[in-house]
Amino acid sequence: MSLFNHTLQELHNKLHAKELSVQELVDQSFQVIAERDERIGAFLTLNEEEARNTARRLDDKLASGQPRGLLFGLPAGIKDNIVTEGLRTTCGSQFLANFNPVYDATVTRKLREADAVTLGKLNMDEFAMGGSNENSSFRPVRNPWDLDRVPGGSSGGSAAAVAAGEAYFTLGSDTGGSIRQPASYCGVVGLKPTYGLVSRFGLVAFASSLDQIGPLTKNVEDSAYVLQAIAGHDHMDSTSANVDIPDYLSALTGDVRGLRIAVPKEYMGEGVDPAVKEKILAALKVLEDLGAVWEEVSLPHTEYAVATYYLLASSEASSNLARFDGVRYGTRADHAGSLIDLYHESRSKGFGPEVKRRIMLGTYALSSGYYDAYYLKAQKARTLIKQDFDNVFENYDIIIGPTAPTTAFKLGSQVDDPLTMYLNDILTIPVSLAGVPAISVPCGLADGLPVGLQIIGKAFDESTVLRVAHAYEQNTEHHKLQPKL
Amino acid sequence: MSITNQDVQHVAKLARLNFTPEEEQMLTEQLNAILQYAEKLNELDTDGVEPTTHVLHLSNVMREDEAKDSLPIEKVMANAPEEEDGQFKVPAVLD
Amino acid sequence: MSSTKYETVIGLEVHVELHTKSKIFCGCSTEFGAPPNTHTCPICLGHPGVLPVLNRQAVDYAMKAAMALNCTIADVSKFDRKNYFYPDSPKAYQISQYDQPIGENGWIDIEVDGQTKRIGITRLHLEEDAGKLTHVDGGFASLVDFNRVGTPLVEIVSEPDISSPEEAKAYLEKLRAIMQYCEVSDVKMEEGSMRCDANISIRPVGQKEFGTRAELKNMNSFRGVQRGLEYEEYRQAEILDDGGKVVQETRRWDEAAGKTLSMRSKEEAHDYRYFPDPDLVRLHIDEAWKERIRATIPELPDARQARYTSEYGLPSYDAGVITSSKPLADFFEDSLNYTKDAKAVSNWIMGDLLGYLNSTGLELPALKITGRGLGEMIGLIEKGTISSKIAKTVFKEMLESGKLPQQIVEEKGLVQISDEGAIKTIVEQVVAANPQSVEDFKAGKQKAIGFLVGQVMKESKGKANPALVNKLLAEILSQ
Repeated sequence: MSLFNHTLQELHNKLHAKELSVQELVDQSFQVIAERDERIGAFLTLNEEEARNTARRLDDKLASGQPRGLLFGLPAGIKDNIVTEGLRTTCGSQFLANFNPVYDATVTRKLREADAVTLGKLNMDEFAMGGSNENSSFRPVRNPWDLDRVPGGSSGGSAAAVAAGEAYFTLGSDTGGSIRQPASYCGVVGLKPTYGLVSRFGLVAFASSLDQIGPLTKNVEDSAYVLQAIAGHDHMDSTSANVDIPDYLSALTGDVRGLRIAVPKEYMGEGVDPAVKEKILAALKVLEDLGAVWEEVSLPHTEYAVATYYLLASSEASSNLARFDGVRYGTRADHAGSLIDLYHESRSKGFGPEVKRRIMLGTYALSSGYYDAYYLKAQKARTLIKQDFDNVFENYDIIIGPTAPTTAFKLGSQVDDPLTMYLNDILTIPVSLAGVPAISVPCGLADGLPVGLQIIGKAFDESTVLRVAHAYEQNTEHHKLQPKL
Repeated sequence: MSITNQDVQHVAKLARLNFTPEEEQMLTEQLNAILQYAEKLNELDTDGVEPTTHVLHLSNVMREDEAKDSLPIEKVMANAPEEEDGQFKVPAVLD
Repeated sequence: MSSTKYETVIGLEVHVELHTKSKIFCGCSTEFGAPPNTHTCPICLGHPGVLPVLNRQAVDYAMKAAMALNCTIADVSKFDRKNYFYPDSPKAYQISQYDQPIGENGWIDIEVDGQTKRIGITRLHLEEDAGKLTHVDGGFASLVDFNRVGTPLVEIVSEPDISSPEEAKAYLEKLRAIMQYCEVSDVKMEEGSMRCDANISIRPVGQKEFGTRAELKNMNSFRGVQRGLEYEEYRQAEILDDGGKVVQETRRWDEAAGKTLSMRSKEEAHDYRYFPDPDLVRLHIDEAWKERIRATIPELPDARQARYTSEYGLPSYDAGVITSSKPLADFFEDSLNYTKDAKAVSNWIMGDLLGYLNSTGLELPALKITGRGLGEMIGLIEKGTISSKIAKTVFKEMLESGKLPQQIVEEKGLVQISDEGAIKTIVEQVVAANPQSVEDFKAGKQKAIGFLVGQVMKESKGKANPALVNKLLAEILSQ
């Protein structure tokens, strides 16, 4: 059995028992990357030398009997919008093609302190804007299940690296579905935690009120395992929640008897591929057989979510991305005669079309005379969308639906139509606006392509989300499917 | 509401972006499509609805007034496109 | 103003740096004068991924300042982003407060020509300072130093209640005094810890609507504010007199040229696109917090002035001058620990001390003289140890060396001669040496005695007790 079929906990135990060395594990990852990543394009920057040094150091540490961190020796990939000191961080953008951060993100520090090994930085849609990874300034990522298809986005590299067996786990970021949707397309597990559970310090901001970091893994147990290492209050992030972090692994009891599941009719309506719908109903049957009950409910403001999201996220982005001005770091246009030219030329050269489009939309929505009609209106709509979730959660433990309306589409098939592309996120965006946690777990293949089951929980109730996902997963074989590469 | 080429030019100026006339035309069309779609929100009665800036109801998150070490100047300047005497250099500011 | 046809309407926007130890959103030091960019970190440099965390002390100081200006303190306050591109602004937005400032609806009283006038304070809000630009290469390039970026500032906006440049100056002086008393800032216009922009318009007397206003910047001293506003009053009156129209614009005060100049607009229209900063959370300011801050507010200038008048019998004007500067008022009170003669202390401060400060351009804290020194010196005069004349010498020495008066008197042998015998000898010598003056006196010329007194003082090197000199001279001359 390949090492890749083991859970992180099993690997941790093998390392502890010295059946395996960190160096072997890391070597194996770089070997897979060397064999496959030419085709996949998941990594933008490899941290090979440093990773091998770390592996050697960790093996020494084990040999000398020093205490080991939770993620001891486990090879990880980090999405390229999470800063890593001294390791190039591009956000998938030409603007930062040569940017070396001078500090570590809180999650980067946590991974290091937990003794994980960073393999490298993962490809993404530029500044996390996109759902296909075609907006990467460097190269698109390809779906390991079908190289002609997109892996989803924006954490496409993070999902594809796990699906292709290149990394044992990865970190992604989710603003409107950027962890869950690629996890769904690539047949892996992707968790977006509750807003505020994982520190955003060092995550290059796209939309500050929505961004969350989360793990992408092969299975639910690994997801719980990684979440344990990265969750928790951070005094560097004012929006970080000061809540007790439970033991997520011990929540994985397999017991869902009496669980009350809500299935929003809006998530199973038109626009959702019948093949996808069929997989979701099959999944609900599995949970029913395990003792859960489900009912159809309504989240009546779902149809307003995409508009709300694009106004809010783009507005915040227009301000967050203003710092990329060519003065202190990043791209600077050559020979700009005046300061105004320097700004215009550096930004026009450094940013790709989707980023510019969203900056334009956001700048317009915030501009004088339009603020109330667009930004403020969207903030109020957000309140209504959040209330939908609050109402349902008064009577139900969990909400279930598909992660995405379809399976992965072909590269290049939607690039010319931003609005259609935006509508791919219709099932993940409302969850982001409500700030609640959700996971995407594989629930089978449709025409040979993975389908994701989205399990949505109450704020800070990751334990229930993980328990349900785990119970489902352990009673099916879907997570064991691997692409042929 | 519909957005014109002039609006796009004005917003581009605010956002410090340049576009070719073709790009500008395409942007005008795309932004119009998106904004038309956003008109949907006008169907909602939001009278008396509080805007949501944060989903978490956090308040009074503050730190104590303690001075910490700053970054060594080499790191401050590590990514600087142009530097002179420990300062960032830019073309003249017109005022 | 040059003409009585118009009346002037002025509103001031004053920025005051709060003297916290660390910056408002990161832990970098706010210390002044460090080498460029050595007080910076990824947060204040606006590196990708960083987040702000609010300094509690900055909020406390802003609340204290707002309370001292009689503002209502918000129950809920928040921070907003003000978006604009400029190289001194690393994030390309300034974290400020838009519609829920810390304080609103305050006022202060100013005194001009003996009249008290109340000036409304529209709002006081908290925000971060920007970096500093230095122009190089003959003006073709600028260097950016981000040390100052993130220093906490309060912006204090007045109502357009100010009707003359003198009132503007009085308002600023009162504002400075209040900030000084509250110990929230150094309030030095010269070092930039207090900065002032003004909106000024004029209108024909009797007209209700405001005239078109100009925004005035770059007035770096109290005098600069007054002169800049005076120039602008004149300029706008000239335009109206010629039948022209004042253009709404931003103008820069050129101290050297003594005039205001139009600033080319950086951007045809400012559109700051304010929105709530999603990286920061709300402030809920409850009564307990307000009370905690209220309890730290010291006696303010107006209250002190009233107390000096009632308790010490100082003229209102003198009390106003002394309380306009906290160091001066503290000096005054310190002196009173060593003498009970408050009027004498006040006279020395109003005369010799302020005279010295004005002529040297120094600030009181830069001087070595102490309140104790002045108090003890007045005690020596009362006891007759030194004369008022010698006291002038002692005072000067205290300004320069900071020594206590007793030591100066002993070292320089300045003790007053009150020994009748010793003085009599000198008087006799002087009378003998100046027969003409004696003649003149006896012929009824009273003036002559002044000359003789002067000669005695000169002979005694100023140390003779003047009362004794007068008495003995009168005795001898009448013999």
